Amino acid sequence: MSEEVENTGTPAEAKGPVRVFLVDDHALFRAGVRAELEAHAEVEVVGEAGSVGEAVAGIGHFRPDVVLLDVHMPDGGGNEVLRRARKAFPDVVFLALSVSDAAEDVIAVIRNGARGYVTKTISGRELVDAVCRVREGDAVFSPRLAGFVLDAFADRPGAAPIRDPELDLLTPRERDVLRLLARGYAYKEIASELFISIKTVETHVSSVLRKTQLSNRYELSRWASDRRLV
Amino acid sequence: MVLPLRMYRRRNGRILAGVAGGLAEHLGVNVLWVRVAFTVLVAFAGAGVLAYGLLWLLVPQRMAGAEPQTDTPVQRQQAIGVIAIGLAMALALSMWSGAVSGWVVGPLGVALAGAALVWREADEAQKRRWRDSAKSGMLGQGGRMAVLRMGAGVLFAATGIVFFLVGSVDLNQAQLAVLAVITTLLGVGVLTVPWWLRLVRDLNEERRARIRTEERAEIAAHLHDSVLQTLALILKQSDNPREVSRLARGQERQLRNWLYGPAGYGRGAATPETEEPAHGVAGESVADAVAIACGQVEDTFAIRVQQVVVGDCPLDDRMAALVQAAREAAVNAAKHAGVSEVSVYAEVEPEVVYVFVRDRGAGFDPEAVPADRHGLADSIHGRMERNGGKVRVRTAPGEGTEIQLEMPRASKEART
Repeated sequence: MSEEVENTGTPAEAKGPVRVFLVDDHALFRAGVRAELEAHAEVEVVGEAGSVGEAVAGIGHFRPDVVLLDVHMPDGGGNEVLRRARKAFPDVVFLALSVSDAAEDVIAVIRNGARGYVTKTISGRELVDAVCRVREGDAVFSPRLAGFVLDAFADRPGAAPIRDPELDLLTPRERDVLRLLARGYAYKEIASELFISIKTVETHVSSVLRKTQLSNRYELSRWASDRRLV
Repeated sequence: MVLPLRMYRRRNGRILAGVAGGLAEHLGVNVLWVRVAFTVLVAFAGAGVLAYGLLWLLVPQRMAGAEPQTDTPVQRQQAIGVIAIGLAMALALSMWSGAVSGWVVGPLGVALAGAALVWREADEAQKRRWRDSAKSGMLGQGGRMAVLRMGAGVLFAATGIVFFLVGSVDLNQAQLAVLAVITTLLGVGVLTVPWWLRLVRDLNEERRARIRTEERAEIAAHLHDSVLQTLALILKQSDNPREVSRLARGQERQLRNWLYGPAGYGRGAATPETEEPAHGVAGESVADAVAIACGQVEDTFAIRVQQVVVGDCPLDDRMAALVQAAREAAVNAAKHAGVSEVSVYAEVEPEVVYVFVRDRGAGFDPEAVPADRHGLADSIHGRMERNGGKVRVRTAPGEGTEIQLEMPRASKEART
């Protein structure tokens, strides 16, 4: 671990490299991600942790810009880190990184405050882009996450009742954006496809993220039954 | 069947069968009180003896190696004392009551002692079997002493029964013969109880062990057939990064499917990606089939196929055609686009199912497809149109390609 604690204030306009903190219980995987990230000048890995306790302490000590968080860890996993670190350090942004394909896991970390989710098979370049994007305040929706969210908000028999239309429904535009994300389109391509600006795409994605985090549209435990055949 | 806190009879430091000790451990009281309680119960028409006998029969002995609990010498003396008191009480009772003549109590006592000897020998045999882990006959590896003890027990029991018969009833020859046969059968039944019980327990134990072994064998076989083979291949191919990543990707997907997939090990049946049904598409449902098809393309062409499915529905002939068309589109992308990743997105709506297969590769001019390339024309257009579906192709040289497939769902009755 490097012991350099510089500019402890966190002005968002400080345009240095994005300071990243890695949390994963597999040392081998941490080393791999670290090597991939360090090949790029836009990011700097300031520290890493292999357990929930270490992670919370490390985040408090280094105050990174972005925490790359493994969803599956012993003693509570990424969700526990989110619960303990988000209130204490509100300006730290979390990006979930997981091998899991299970919808309930992925949606759970989003609802606990992660601003995006990428799979561990993501390339180094894409990961750096994702880190920079969440740092800028955007959400990062991998195609898979877009699919899960579409599934969660789908209107099908057995889905939970709509209590707050503002939170529990996606607008047609948001749905279009999500569909294109799931089809593997980049923001630029989505913008030209829907004849809107990239900024508008980002706005839609952020709004979808907020709804995913706040909506009572579904209980995660009932996910499996909500996903039954239509 | 399995109680949360099972009671076991003691194996070490027992006077007779370890019942009192086991009960004391189970209840967490001093063993002396348990023994006294049994003795006191003897006073009530021999209920103590009966209870002890039943517990002896029904409570299994503690397995070998489980926390040996022995009596202190003091406790042993106490125990023998208590047993003596019990015997005295039983005798005194039979004297006083008068209703039960000494003729009955004597032979019955002898028979009981015999039975106790035999049962105790059965316990010993079981102990020996655990120690030697040999599944042998009635006596285990007890040798001559065991045979002697067993024989003595049987003799006692038989003698007791005979005397009881002779002394207690006054009948003619025929009735006596019938009664003798019945009591002998009863006696044999009582004496062989330990072996019946053991037979049942052994069967259960063996079944459990067999299930465990099969489970282990299945996991080992699966790991061997898949993961170990793949690792060996990866080592062989280590100078060929493309092949290595293809192998690793395929293996990761298979293992994940086996662990978490709908038909995988985690859900009971371990039969991922097996034989294909009549319409030529493997899978339980559309989501399943798309995942399997994408996996096949990944494996065959060593590219990444990112697949996302929203919603799901059962697989019928139309959907099978749709999945096959989608697979063909992905194959085309893998062959001709020159990319390392293809995106497949399927959405199941109440009336229609859409599939989009997209790559960011070379693209092509749809008007200028050479005549020898029938993939798009035949496999995709033909298949879709025969089943009432539609195909749209968006492509231009240098722009990548997106094949959009649209298939109406079959009638409404198949819906849940």
